[in-house]
Amino acid sequence: MDPVILSRWQFGITIIYHFFFVPLTLGLGFFVAIMQTMYHRTGNHTYLKMTKFWGKLFVINFAMGVMTGIVQEFQFGMNWSEYSRYVGDIFGAPLAIEALLAFFLESTFLGLWLFGEGKLPKRIHLATIWMVAIGSTLSAFFILVANGFMQHPVGYVIVDSANRAELIDFIALIANPKSLLFFWHTISSGFTTAALFILGISSWHLVRKQGDQVFKKSFTLAAKIGCIALISVGLAGHSQGQELRKYQPMKLAALEAMWISEQPASFSLLTIGDLTGKKEVWSLRIPYVMSFLACNNFSCGLEGVNALQAKYEREYGPGDYIPLMVITYWSFRLMVGSALIMFFVIFYALYLLWKKWPDKGMKWLKWMPLVTGLPLLANSTGWLLTESGRQPWIVQGLLRVEDGVSPNLSNGMILFSLIGFTVLYSVLIFADVYLLAKFARIDPEVEVKEPEEITPLISGAGY
Amino acid sequence: MSHELLQTIWFILIAILWMGFFFLEGFDFGVGMLLPFLGKNDVERRSIINTIGPHWDGNEVWLLTAGGATFAAFPHWYATLFSGFYVALFLLLVGLIIRGVGFEFRSKDKNPRWRSLWDWCIFAGSALPALILGVAFANLTLGIPINANMMYTGNFFTLLNPYGLIGGLTFVAAFLFHGLNFLNLKLTGELLEKTRKLAPKGWVASFVLLSGMIIATLLITDGYTKHGLVAIISPLLAWVSLLVAGILLQKKREGWSFVLTGISVLLIPVIFFLIMYPRVMVSSTDPSFSLTISNASSSAYTLNLMSIVALIFVPLVLGYQIWSYWVFRKRLDTDPEKFHY
Repeated sequence: MDPVILSRWQFGITIIYHFFFVPLTLGLGFFVAIMQTMYHRTGNHTYLKMTKFWGKLFVINFAMGVMTGIVQEFQFGMNWSEYSRYVGDIFGAPLAIEALLAFFLESTFLGLWLFGEGKLPKRIHLATIWMVAIGSTLSAFFILVANGFMQHPVGYVIVDSANRAELIDFIALIANPKSLLFFWHTISSGFTTAALFILGISSWHLVRKQGDQVFKKSFTLAAKIGCIALISVGLAGHSQGQELRKYQPMKLAALEAMWISEQPASFSLLTIGDLTGKKEVWSLRIPYVMSFLACNNFSCGLEGVNALQAKYEREYGPGDYIPLMVITYWSFRLMVGSALIMFFVIFYALYLLWKKWPDKGMKWLKWMPLVTGLPLLANSTGWLLTESGRQPWIVQGLLRVEDGVSPNLSNGMILFSLIGFTVLYSVLIFADVYLLAKFARIDPEVEVKEPEEITPLISGAGY
Repeated sequence: MSHELLQTIWFILIAILWMGFFFLEGFDFGVGMLLPFLGKNDVERRSIINTIGPHWDGNEVWLLTAGGATFAAFPHWYATLFSGFYVALFLLLVGLIIRGVGFEFRSKDKNPRWRSLWDWCIFAGSALPALILGVAFANLTLGIPINANMMYTGNFFTLLNPYGLIGGLTFVAAFLFHGLNFLNLKLTGELLEKTRKLAPKGWVASFVLLSGMIIATLLITDGYTKHGLVAIISPLLAWVSLLVAGILLQKKREGWSFVLTGISVLLIPVIFFLIMYPRVMVSSTDPSFSLTISNASSSAYTLNLMSIVALIFVPLVLGYQIWSYWVFRKRLDTDPEKFHY
């Protein structure tokens, strides 16, 4: 075994766990804020019940997102010290800004929201949940600025005397097109994740005819916002195709398993490679579609993996510049495939709203809880594609993964933490799913008390 | 501003972030450590948790920000420290994770075993980070094997030397006493009687250990030879503050006792930072291999940028965190009749 492989496994496992929770936090925070705003505006107690019901699930999920996130902040230094030295002048800034702007905001105001009901004026209490949602969004922005730099480094110079890259243009760094597109894509996915979460759980209750008002309203809100969010995800994804062609053509070719350059480029329905994963055996393709995805027209040419490999060898010296094709190819298909199913789900949900809950359509409702898993699959495979498609680079064109790892770590140390984190996270996710499932099944009509009966302290303990 | 000045400013700023962290998370680590021993039944335990319920998460961000600021301002410090103290930081992370999840999960199920499990997680997750941070700070100042490439060449057990352990225990005791003082201000009824009884014992433990740590620091580290009397000022102030805190506690001036203990806790990182300056990690292999604010720092551009960000946002964060403490300033009502989960 090799410390680079072990550190990569650890980073991959911990970040995928982390990102199970994050998108739901990003979206659900705004949903809860909207629900509480509606309660504030209308005084309708159904909205209060909605706020409490979804708020509780939000908090359970939020805790896991935050706690698994701390690890990420430390891991760059722990396992990737040479990377941290080489790009720390640039990469450290968005991370520090994220902590200062976002982490303080979301954690402090979540405390105020949870424990402040009855202690704070109603309007201020409402503002606190908006602050939490804004805090999470800011956090997403700055971490994606950091990630964007790894995919498409901008705003820096290489300083040979210091043997590192240094920041020279902060505006360029935060306006990196890669980061902005990531941000658009991630926030939209967050809303989609939350929308399907709400649709799934609401359907479970609607089938059982409990909390009818609460869940019809929740379902309606989620279907509408989910529709917009999902379209937005698609548009963002499409824009990313074009910018991949410009900045990371190898990733684009790899996600298509396209070995030979094509003009116009076709989209692969199914490609089978040989056992080495380095050669195509057979493929079924639709002509023109890839040109459209990558250039918005039906005629542009795309460079294949072989041509790009030859080009990179000329540019960067001998080496293997081809990402692990099995992962890029299949993760792309799983991501897009689950998004397509989500479109059907949203159409079905909108159909129910349009027809005012028709009996004939309602029989499918019992399958809806299953769809809450779809965004998780899409979110994880999407990042799997993004990060594995960047290989062998840790920063595209600047630094290779094996040159970024901490030189002082032994296999035993990494194995110790790798197993430790994996076991701990697995136990926690078990507890988290248990709690989410438990609170998702509670009938909100029974659970929630009127605010007048709640004395200040209790509301805090009550969430 | 010159690069040198910026480096010193950021050294100070990171020290300030640690001071904020020690003052705030110090008492909530203390409360966490006391939880399973002080709370004899579920209502008591929930009351104890509720004293820090709205705050612990925001307090913890001070640590994350200190980490982030170290990365941004002194990438080599971040890289050497985090890769060097790998196993210790892994344990610290495990502690913080089980603690944070414990706070959010423990009341979400009525099963007593579930609750007790998370309560012990909160205990372990408060004690372990306190201990590890103490060991880490002591070793940073004492000096650890670092080679010419800024690489740590020791292992986890290198850190567990007597001076490191004194540091660790001192942190644990200081946070415990800080936590007791905080609970004295927050609780009512029987629980309050308990914390009032325990507080003097907490004072003795923390005072003895702090005295020991200060003497050890002045004898073992190169603080006095390097900085002369300057190295003595902050330990002396920390020591006097804790002494006065004990006297005030005796006179039932609990608010002032909390404030003075807080000052003492706040001065602990200052003791280490002042001795280290201008180094950020002392090499025991060869003094010239030490990481310093100049060889570990970011470019002037990044430091300037981060200064502007800090200038705007640190006061803002301080403002709303203080406001949040103001909102929850009252003593907790621990009447079980009014408890819901």
